[in-house]
This record gives sequence, structure tokens and C-alpha cells, in this order.
Amino acid sequence: MAAEKAEMDALKKECDGLRTQIEAARKGVNDGNMSSAAGSATDVGRVQLKLRKSLKGHLAKIYSMHWSSDSRSMVSASQDGKLLVWDTHTGNKLVAVPLKSAWVMSVAFAPSGNLVASGGLDNMCTVSNIKAASPKTLRELDAHTGYLSCCRFLSDTEILTASGDTTCCLWDLETGKQKIIFTNHIGDCMSLALSTDENTFVSGACDSLAKLWDLREGTCKQTFSGHTSDINFFPNGNAFVTGSDDCTCKMYDLRSDQEVITYQDASLNAGVTSLTLSNSGRLIFAGYDDFNCHIWDSLKGEKVGVLSGHDNRVSCTGVPADGMGVCTGSWDSFLKLWN
Amino acid sequence: MTINTMAKGGWHRDQMSCFRKMEKVIVAMQDPDMGMKMRNQRLLITVIPHAMTGRDIIDWLMKKYNICEEESLHISGLLVRYGYIYPLKEPRSLVLRPDESPYRFQTPYFWTSTRWPASELDYAIYLAKKNIRKQGELMEYEKERYSVLHKRINHTWDFVVMQAREQLRRKADRIVLECQEQAYWLINRPPPGAPNVLDMGLVRPHNTARVTLNSEHYKNEIDTCKRALGRNRVKSSICLEGFMKYSEQYQNHDPIMQGCLPSNPWISDDSAHWTMNLETVPTPTRLRVERWSFSFMELLNDEMGRREFMTYLEKEFSGENLAFWQACEDIKHGESSKIVEKVEEIYRNFLAPGAPRWVNIDSKTMDKTLLGIRHPHRFVMEDAQMHIYFLIKKDSYPRYLKSDLYKNLLAKGIVPQETKKSVFPFMRRQRHSSPSPAQVATQPTEEVGNAKGAGQAGTNSAAGSNV
Repeated sequence: MAAEKAEMDALKKECDGLRTQIEAARKGVNDGNMSSAAGSATDVGRVQLKLRKSLKGHLAKIYSMHWSSDSRSMVSASQDGKLLVWDTHTGNKLVAVPLKSAWVMSVAFAPSGNLVASGGLDNMCTVSNIKAASPKTLRELDAHTGYLSCCRFLSDTEILTASGDTTCCLWDLETGKQKIIFTNHIGDCMSLALSTDENTFVSGACDSLAKLWDLREGTCKQTFSGHTSDINFFPNGNAFVTGSDDCTCKMYDLRSDQEVITYQDASLNAGVTSLTLSNSGRLIFAGYDDFNCHIWDSLKGEKVGVLSGHDNRVSCTGVPADGMGVCTGSWDSFLKLWN
Repeated sequence: MTINTMAKGGWHRDQMSCFRKMEKVIVAMQDPDMGMKMRNQRLLITVIPHAMTGRDIIDWLMKKYNICEEESLHISGLLVRYGYIYPLKEPRSLVLRPDESPYRFQTPYFWTSTRWPASELDYAIYLAKKNIRKQGELMEYEKERYSVLHKRINHTWDFVVMQAREQLRRKADRIVLECQEQAYWLINRPPPGAPNVLDMGLVRPHNTARVTLNSEHYKNEIDTCKRALGRNRVKSSICLEGFMKYSEQYQNHDPIMQGCLPSNPWISDDSAHWTMNLETVPTPTRLRVERWSFSFMELLNDEMGRREFMTYLEKEFSGENLAFWQACEDIKHGESSKIVEKVEEIYRNFLAPGAPRWVNIDSKTMDKTLLGIRHPHRFVMEDAQMHIYFLIKKDSYPRYLKSDLYKNLLAKGIVPQETKKSVFPFMRRQRHSSPSPAQVATQPTEEVGNAKGAGQAGTNSAAGSNV
């Protein structure tokens, strides 16, 4: 027993030693900070977006939404047990997908627009074909031992999921089997974001770590500590932003391997539930528990606007590929489009 | 993701800030000088003191905060739903009617933020009181909950009944207390089917017990750390410059920042922009062609860009490179069942000696690829594809951007006219917050910066009154 403990202590020590070295290496390249670099950027001024559309149709809290790559359709999931696919321009509902389990926590649209995936407390990711005459369940991916917190399609044949069982998983949709399991987190995985080149992805978990993974090899390339409730890539693919329920958002740079800026404001004491970025990466739209979505200037680190209008917590936000505006979904069962 | 952490001591900090704001409004409403005028309201045969009508509430809010009626209705609706004001006429219908319906302020003792979370014991005492007061007064769902509680906290049931009797004994202001209590419990224990405004949602489990921290785990950690340590790091000043440049470069292409021509379809309801930017159009817009010069991936990701680039390459007799790259992409993202035949096709067309569209790969990569083809898999062409990708990127791509073909496209690129009726997004250098809709002009103007006109449309303004 004592020998085992000694071994563990030695390993822990080695681990800590390595971590200290990593921090030192990070400090070594840290020769500038964001506020000085952003000094030359033009001021964004006060951002005022107007409410353009309010999509009504769900009967219970909306937990998640995702834009289609055509920037017009969008799918949303609500705990009333339905997925609704909307044409955002007309406000019409295109498809309603009934769910076996109403406890849905995440939804995703395939880049082709043919498939949607959803999952939640049923521990499964259900993939449905919405282009069929009536939505057909294509696959039920059932291997996680914890709730499904996030899912993202790579293509019509591959999907990535994050689960409360602390693992993320890459599935082959043709066979319905797991291809790669990404284990390294020690807390529930809460969110994930794919890089644009689809070679890597970042995941955030309850152990307050964000990890960068190699999709091909299944290994964890880097770990960033901070916190995470939602996570998203900066459009040039070199950085990602995370939000958390300690009320702040942080941006981490992948090339210099460290946190570069924290977005916080003393007046904001509600946790961040979700966040998304505008096309140029200049604006961050973060949904908070205080029923608002606050807008941050990502480079200068200042709060530049707010989207108010929801009657309950903002649970999900998303900017479409063409960057036309931002959509916020809330527990008040409405989706609102702003620009 | 919307799962909370239980902050220290199990406190849900989440909605407290909203409650504080609501409480400020309520206190202002009850201010003896500037607050609401209370009167005695008639409710059937009784006269209720210190009450107000829904209409009064709306009017007061509109006047005090300079907002429009829609916003006032919204705010007062929230005040009712969160229990700061309760209706006297139909207590179970938690809405604010802008008419003569009477409302009262909830006593601070019963404010949601004061007594939170509502305890089971208190609820049991409340139901017991109701039961004792008048047999059969409990509603169906209350009876069910009562019996569930009876089972669950049976050990303190004597205490519950004793407290209930004691509270019933004190007769003063009983009716008022009953109203207030009822309102409180309607919100904290809503009837089935009614929305629960205090619902905190799913709770994030706090345990790290899912992963056992044994030596196996630490060995993995060490491997991961070693890998992480060995990563290439770039100086942050360079990286930060990169972000700045990117944002600047894309600013014109970010509709939220700069607006979009001819108009943002969401604002003007005119989908001309989308039609102009479809995958295949006879003439692309100038912005789109400009984007192709930002990075090689931008060009490749746009189908039209790829086609134009291919035309250029064919002229230079190097079209096979792009065709090869595309074929490899197809294998990477396509169906597994077709991989073998696709790999064979690529070999036949691009790699075999004497192939019709032979691509120039260095011998080392070629050997490796040919070896790999014997056991084809999704990424067997990876190295060869990378080689060709960098070849095109370094060589043909920059030349394309300098070519007449590209320059002509850029010159001919459409710069759409701004639609007359369009309204530009409000991303101007405004230092002041938007004027309250109650004050704006009613005529929409045709100028750019039509903020005021559009603001009239009664939508929830982003710069709504701050409480």
C-alpha cells in the first residue's frame, strides 16, 4: 500500500513539475498584452442591434440552437420534446422533429443541411434526416455513460459529441460506432467547438479546463485552465473564447499557448451560458443568466452593447455563416434575431 | 450550455441581480412622494386598502422611466410573474391587465429573494393551514403534494400542525396575510402546467468521482503534459497583431459591423443579398472576389472561387493539381464504402506512371503514398495532398491574384446599390444611447442611419430603460 502511494506521489510530483514548466514556457513568449496591441484598433463605439424577429413556437425552455450553413435555416431544441427547423427569413417553421426524450440539451445542424442531431439526459445522440418526407431517425448513438452536453457534425458521415461522462467522442455515422474516444478531462464535458480546418477541436469541461485535441490522433494537445461553460473559436482559427458561470469570458490564443484577455465587468454578476462571435471576430455575443446578451469588443475588452428582451435566461446564441446577425434563444421559449 | 454550478454554500446566484433590479422598481413605486397613488379598491363587496389598478401601474412606469406602453406592459408583467405584485381578482392568473383590475404589493417578507429557496416545511405548514381552515379547500394538486409531504417529512408533522394552528390563531389582518401567502406559494410551488419562473434548471454534478485519480491517470497526464510542453510557441505580440489584422481585414465583410449591400435581408425583408451571393451566379459581388485574396482557404472554400481558379490553372496547364486536391478532399469527407474505388481512381488518373493528369510529387512522398495505397483508408492521400496544397499555395495562388483573370473579375464584381428603403444597422460611432422610443419622430426618413425611424416600430430597443 505504501509503495503504491509513494509511486502515486512521485507521479503527481512529476506531473506538477511538467505543468510548472509549461507555465514558464508560456510566460517566456508572453511579450505583449491585448490592450496595448489593440490600442491602434478603431473604436467600435456603442453597438445597438435591433430586434428583427421573434420566433414563437416552442412551449418550454429552449436549451440549444444551431444555424445551418446556408445561413437561413436554423434548428432549435426545447424541453417540450421538439426540435424545430426554422426559415429565419420568413419566420416559418419548416420541420418539427419529435424527440423520444424531452430532456434535450444540445442540437446541431449538419453542414449539408440534410441531418440534425440532438441529445441530452438520455445519454444518446439521435441523428435524424430532415430532408425525408417526414423526419426519420437515422441513428441513435448510444455509448456515452453520461448526458450529452454538445454535438457537432463534421460532415454527413462523422459527428463529434461531448458528454457528462467526461469524454468526447468521434462517431462514424455510417456504422453508428465510436471511432475515437477523447479522454483526459476529469469533469463533465460541457461544450465543444470545431476548428475551421476540422483537424482540431476544443472542449470545455467542469474541471475548469479547456483542452485542444487532435481529431485524427485522438490526443490532447494542450490544456488551458480557466473555466468553461461555453466555448467557441475566433474566426481565424488561432484562438478560442470561453464563457463561464464565474461571470467572465476569456480568450485563449493557440499559437502563444495562453490566455490573452478576460472580459469582465463589475456590474455583471450573472454567469455566462453561451457565446458566439461575429464574422470578423471583433464582437463577442455572450448570453448571461441575467436575461441579457451582452456584446463585447473582443480586442479592446470592453462591453459595447446589450441585447435585452428576453424574459428569462439566455441559453444559446449563434451567428450564421454569412454573419448577418445574431440569434439568441432563451428559457422564455422564444428565439430572437437581432442585427 | 445552461447547467449551473452550485456556488459556495449551494446558493443560486443566478437570478439575484434581476431580483435586485425589480426590487428597486418596487421600492420606487412605493415611494411616498413620487410613488404610485394607492387607493381603496372595490373587490366585490369588500374594500381593499392600499391597492392599485393595472392601468395605474402601466401609466406610472411609462411616466417614470420614459418608456412606451409595450415595454411598460412587459416590465409590469415580469413584476407580477416574479411575485412582487399580485392580482386580487384572479389570483391564479399571474398576468398584468392594463385595466381596472386591482393589484397589491407583496410584502417584503414574502419577496422571492428574501425567502429563498422556499422550504418544504413552510409549504407543508401553509397547506396544513389551508386544510384546517376549511376542509376541502385544497385543490387537487395541492392535496397530492400535501400527502407526498406528509410521507416525506412525517417525523416533523406534529410541528407542522402545531405551527399551522398557531398561525391561524392570530386573527389580525388574516385576509391580507392569506392573500399574500397564496401569492407567494403560487409562484414558489406553481400548479402543474404553469410555468415555473424560479426554475433553476439542471444542476451540474459536483463530483469528480467519475474519473479515478490513480497512477494510470497520472501516467497519462504526464504523457499529455510532455506533449504539451513540446509545442511550438509563438510570441504573443505577433499573435495579437494577427487578431488585429484579421478583424480589420474582415471588418468590411462583417455585416454586423459594417452593414451589407444592398441591404440586410433581415432588416429590409429583401433577399437580394442572398440571391446575389449564391454558390453559382453569373457575376460575383466584389466583396466576395476580394475575400479570395485574403487566404488560400477562402478561395478554396468558395465553389465559384475554385472554378475560377481552375480556369486560370488550365490556362497554365497545371489544373491537375487542383483536381487532385479536390479528389483527395472527396475521399476524406465522403462515404467509407467508396474509399477503395476512389483511391484507385486517383492512382489511375494522377499518380500512375504515364497517368493522364500526372501530378508532380517528390519521390519520398510518392513512395510513401504508393505504399499506403495497398491498404487504402480515409487519410492515405494526406501527405501527397499536403504537398500539392502547399505547391499551389506558394506558386499558382499568388500568381492568380496578380493575373488579369482575377483583376477583371474584381473590377467587374458587383457593388450593389444600397436599397432606398434600407436601414443600415446602427453601428455608428454613437456616443449617446439611443433615444427613447417614446420621444422619437413618427416619420421614417430615407437617410442612412435611420435608427430613429425604425425605432418607432415598437420593437424592444436594445438601449431600453435601465433600472
